[in-house]
Amino acid sequence: MSYQVPKFRHPGLPLNELGYTKADYEGAISTLCAGCGHDSISGAIVRACHEMSIEPHKIAKLSGIGCSSKAPTYFLGNSHGFNAVHGRMPSVVTGAALANRELLYMGVSGDGDTASIGMGQFAHAARRNLNMVYIVMNNGCYGLTKGQDSATADRGSATKKGDPNIYSAIDLCGTALQMGATFVARSFSGDKEQLVPLIKAAISHRGFALIDVVSPCVTFNNNPQSTKSYEFVREHSEATGTIDFVPLKKEITAEYQAGQSYEVTMHDGSSIHLYKVDETLDPFDRRSAISTLEEHRYTGNILTGLIYMNKDSRDLHEVMDTSQRPLNQLDEADLCPGNKMLLNINASLR
Amino acid sequence: MKPTDIKNPEYFHKVVDCQHACPAHTPVPEYIRLIAAGRYTEAYMVNWHSNVFPGILGRTCDRPCEPACRRVRVEEEPVAICRLKRVAADNKENITALLPAIPKKKNGKRIAMIGAGPASLTVARDLAPLGYSIDIYDNQFAGGGMMRSQIPSFRLPVSVLDEEVNYILSMGVAATFDVQVDSLKEILNKDYDAVFVGTGAPRGKGLNLPGLEDAMDNVYLGIDWLSSVAFEHTESIGRRVIVLGGGNTAMDCCRTSRRVGGEDVRVVVRSPFEDMKASPWEKADAAHEGIPIYNNHVPKEFVVEEGKLKGMTFEKVEAIYDDEGARSLVPTGEDLVFMEADDVLMAIGQENAFPWVERDLGIEFDKWEMPVVNKETFQSTNEKVFFGGDSAFGPENIITAVAHGHQAAVSIDLFCRGESVQDRPPPHVTLASQKMGVHEWSYDNAVAVDERYIVPMAPLAETLKDRKVEVELGFDAATGYKEAERCLNCDAQTVFDEVRCIECDACVDICPTDCISFVSNGEEEELRARLAAPANNLAQDLYVSADLPTMRVMVKDEDVCLHCGLCAERCPTTAWDMQKFLYNVSQAGERG
Repeated sequence: MSYQVPKFRHPGLPLNELGYTKADYEGAISTLCAGCGHDSISGAIVRACHEMSIEPHKIAKLSGIGCSSKAPTYFLGNSHGFNAVHGRMPSVVTGAALANRELLYMGVSGDGDTASIGMGQFAHAARRNLNMVYIVMNNGCYGLTKGQDSATADRGSATKKGDPNIYSAIDLCGTALQMGATFVARSFSGDKEQLVPLIKAAISHRGFALIDVVSPCVTFNNNPQSTKSYEFVREHSEATGTIDFVPLKKEITAEYQAGQSYEVTMHDGSSIHLYKVDETLDPFDRRSAISTLEEHRYTGNILTGLIYMNKDSRDLHEVMDTSQRPLNQLDEADLCPGNKMLLNINASLR
Repeated sequence: MKPTDIKNPEYFHKVVDCQHACPAHTPVPEYIRLIAAGRYTEAYMVNWHSNVFPGILGRTCDRPCEPACRRVRVEEEPVAICRLKRVAADNKENITALLPAIPKKKNGKRIAMIGAGPASLTVARDLAPLGYSIDIYDNQFAGGGMMRSQIPSFRLPVSVLDEEVNYILSMGVAATFDVQVDSLKEILNKDYDAVFVGTGAPRGKGLNLPGLEDAMDNVYLGIDWLSSVAFEHTESIGRRVIVLGGGNTAMDCCRTSRRVGGEDVRVVVRSPFEDMKASPWEKADAAHEGIPIYNNHVPKEFVVEEGKLKGMTFEKVEAIYDDEGARSLVPTGEDLVFMEADDVLMAIGQENAFPWVERDLGIEFDKWEMPVVNKETFQSTNEKVFFGGDSAFGPENIITAVAHGHQAAVSIDLFCRGESVQDRPPPHVTLASQKMGVHEWSYDNAVAVDERYIVPMAPLAETLKDRKVEVELGFDAATGYKEAERCLNCDAQTVFDEVRCIECDACVDICPTDCISFVSNGEEEELRARLAAPANNLAQDLYVSADLPTMRVMVKDEDVCLHCGLCAERCPTTAWDMQKFLYNVSQAGERG
């Protein structure tokens, strides 16, 4: 058994703008099952952060409990991390974000951590438009406790040793839309070409960005009766379109066909190019997103890609007018402005 | 690209860079693992089977394997393959019982060998166990050829040489020493079924410069002088010695000079230091013994005063390379440099000489007076006469001579049995899974980060006093183990089965060196640019699978794969497996 990855790396690995290689964004060797989709999502996060040249110390990765929530150990080994109580990751992110808005908050959760025990937390983080990336590693089962059906398992889907699920599934993308999330996407762990640009776009988005990533559980839920197996997802996914992420400093070189593609300038100055495939969806219109999701649920297909983005998103900081500076950088004069200021405040309330 | 045909043994053979680079194709990782396991005798026998002289080569090999070592591409320094071979030789037990049995009843075929160097001895070793009667003729007093006459004892002790030469001479081989063969016709007239010529490249090249005639008494040809020292005809040299030449013979000359009276010994070479033919480690050894190397000095004249050599003059030059990399040495215009010398050794090359081979024997010679020899069968245009070692294609090295000897033996055996010498037996190949458990392999798959260990040396003061004191002490067992652990086990092949693959990307994500990609297929050149990491080393192959369900293919760049087995450990469906690939070149009498 290998307990560590060899230290040697490909000598020709590209460096990003900070002079780091992809290896500098990796974490410890995974202890998840061999073939777990979560490891691929970790790989996609590593790639996205490396390619966007984000300084590792400017990222905080937070998670709850579950296989998914173990995953942050396996990526971004040089970033901040917090492993919260089951389902309570959004609260910890809320607190951290209010204390320091300068970090990138990367929440990693699972279907159990989000759709069961953490449902309330998830809903309110979306509603408040907390500025974070919320990645759900969604395998439709409780892998860490031997594969029971989770709240996102489709009705009729069965795990390796289980009976067909009798309950209806929670659609996290639909829920997030209803709750007011400003960026909603779905992807598949086995499709990095789609997932990596979606993660980049989510990072650039200001506000609550959900990516629901179907991530097969090879041990308990990768059997022919499952709707979250590698094979089923490959056969039944329909992409809304493809997206290209163009970083701020990079010149746009690709040619985009008019009428079918949209260019969106993100809050940080970068842009995304969306090539629409699905004719019925307008990803900037929430009603269209909701009805397209419903349509696909009805036909039994999995809608992937960018489903909705609010171009005018105002996140929690903007709404609450929070401190620009991290709280730990405020000194006594900032925090206790003195009697004169207090008198002014009191006067304003009279 | 078409799917890679891994059933072709040459595909995985090429992945084992060291073995592939070795002229004799010794299965290097196989014996290194045995050394790590302390199984020195078995490690020795793997070598002995393949390269015949493990103890000798473990000290003197030109090591074509080491520059090829994958470690050079992922770290910096190759595994000390050569010196590990010596660890096996130094620590083995008595192997006489493991040597092949020699049949009492001979097969009736008689073979003559001219020269008792590494090529001939290899042929004898391969043919004697098959029942051939073998006569060896050599002009030295004992077997070994240039290994005895030209490799100084401080690099190769006579006891080591004798031991390995005698394993072969004890196989019922009839050796006649101290005899100069002056006529191949005479040998052929003795009705041998086949004759093998392994007479090396015995003639040293000289430099005919002004003053040479008068300086003659103090100017020697390097290889002749070395053998004269080895055979104790020469016991001393002047205090100031100039060695001309930049190859390994020059290094042996200068280091020997230091031991027999030379105090101010210097090497002078025409080319830049980096272009010298000598192996880097031999240059380092010379430097360690306080011998300066003057590069970019072209010899012009022997300076003689009162009928005695005073020294030499040199012209300083600069190496200029044109666009195609061709070098010209252009004089710098500075004054000639004079260097004092009591003696000069010329080690500027050696060449073949066949005055003893009559030209009417049906053996064709080319315009360089070299016999026309088939590169695969080693047969000359006289079907009974075979050539090998330096005498076949010019000066090379011991391991090349051994490789020639094996192939010549195969040919001689085929020829004597009346079969076509073109009908070569295929290599012996096995490919077997190394899986021991879910995450366990039968080889040590962890990759050691240790840097190359340095072979300890005897104190300089002692080794310079006596030319027979061996300089290198060899690794002790503990260091040998650590050095052996640096081996990446490149023979543990990553074997991919596309039928089992579910395209989960686990191998792609775990691979520390980004060797694996799942991409749409394309032409090689274009495909190389689209992989997870640039695949710019065109000498290394791409391993391409058949189409997968998503119509992509798996492409693995073999270049910097660490053979760590993580792809196979992280594969949920065992589409990847680590399988040991053992490749042995077939020898005489074997049917592949």
